[in-house]
Amino acid sequence: MNAAFALIARDVRLAWRHPNEIATILAFFVIAASLFPFGIGPEPQILARVAIGIVWVTALLACLMSLDRLFQAEAEDGSLDLLVGAPAPLELLALAKVAAQWITTALPLIAISPIVATMLHLPAEGYATLLLTLVLGTPGLSLFGGIGAALSVNARRGGALLALIVLPLTVPILIFAVAAVDAAIAGLSPRPHLFLLAGLSVFALTIAPFAMAASLRQAAE
Amino acid sequence: MYRSARQFFSPCFFLLPASSIDCAPMIGRASFEAHDLACLRGGRIVFARLAFRVDAGGLLVLRGPNGAGKSSLLRMMAGLIGPAHGALLWNGDDIADDPDAHRARVSYAGHSDALKPALTVAEHLVFHAKLRGHAADKVAAALDAFALTKLAELPARLLSQGQRKRVALGRLIAAPAPLWLLDEPTNGLDADSTARLEAAIAAHRETGGIVVAATHLDFAGAGATTLTLGERKAA
Repeated sequence: MNAAFALIARDVRLAWRHPNEIATILAFFVIAASLFPFGIGPEPQILARVAIGIVWVTALLACLMSLDRLFQAEAEDGSLDLLVGAPAPLELLALAKVAAQWITTALPLIAISPIVATMLHLPAEGYATLLLTLVLGTPGLSLFGGIGAALSVNARRGGALLALIVLPLTVPILIFAVAAVDAAIAGLSPRPHLFLLAGLSVFALTIAPFAMAASLRQAAE
Repeated sequence: MYRSARQFFSPCFFLLPASSIDCAPMIGRASFEAHDLACLRGGRIVFARLAFRVDAGGLLVLRGPNGAGKSSLLRMMAGLIGPAHGALLWNGDDIADDPDAHRARVSYAGHSDALKPALTVAEHLVFHAKLRGHAADKVAAALDAFALTKLAELPARLLSQGQRKRVALGRLIAAPAPLWLLDEPTNGLDADSTARLEAAIAAHRETGGIVVAATHLDFAGAGATTLTLGERKAA
């Protein structure tokens, strides 16, 4: 367990010392979301209707940007050999990498998502649920993304491959997240959708460590 | 646990080693040996019918031309790749039977230094000790052993090639393990650092540790055994 916490602490420290990386991702999130009013017109009613979908899809794409380097950077400088060769279970270490990615990328994205939502005229009743869906859904996103990142470690153009692997897996997360916020805006209870969303993240938590560890062992061969 | 199936299917017809090398046993507790080892990379046989034995306090030097499989053999010894045939034994037990226990006893210093540009020298060593389940109390000794104390607070991006290598070697001391696997450890090292490495290897062997090193240099030291790979060319 200590090894996992040491790995999380190292990755958070690394992210702290490279603030430009997370700044780039946050800027992408804001700019990509702000393109939609130009594309579909600035009418508040139309934007309010699509706001939640735009926030979630752009947050998902921004998340992908950081997953790209999750294990690839480790493989390139040789750290992957040390992680695979460590006595601690590789499943736990892979999970620690994903946890650090979630802390350094998903948390800042969640923090600025209300600003993006305001820009897109999200109805006021939706904000609390939007934050809840992000908190419950992004762990699943990071975990599925971790599987993709582990599978594409040694691939050339790993980023594109990662998107191809991960995006289909994130469709259920997207569906229930958007449904929850829509329900809240319509005055219905978002709870069933939130439970399903949390369930998806738990499901990802049960399979992702093993899938990541297996592909990382393969990559180290 | 993942490799037991491979071991199960591996045919055991050729148990007689092709050649066997014995090191003089010093303490005689641990032993590391290979039987009829073969390595397959990308469908090509890198080496086959390889056998060796190193006892506690022993030093095995791997030699051979580029591509002879020195690095592959070291990675195999580290448990990073599985043997295509044969087995590696620690105290007589196949390392594939308990990969977790084997990883705990191996300290592998590969080609790449595995340094993060933004982390300082000391942070690398502390992290490595914790990653391997040790306390960080050996870090000062590791810094001292490779003359890194003055560089301890420097981020790795400012280090020279030789200094980077010394940090990678400092991991051996920061997180103690009985079996050291060194891939070209003297690459980029100056004379003083090479001497420090030799001293570290000697100290490790004195406590009963085993060292396997792939190197072109003659820094072997007393009681070293040489294993030359790639001598027999495929006809």
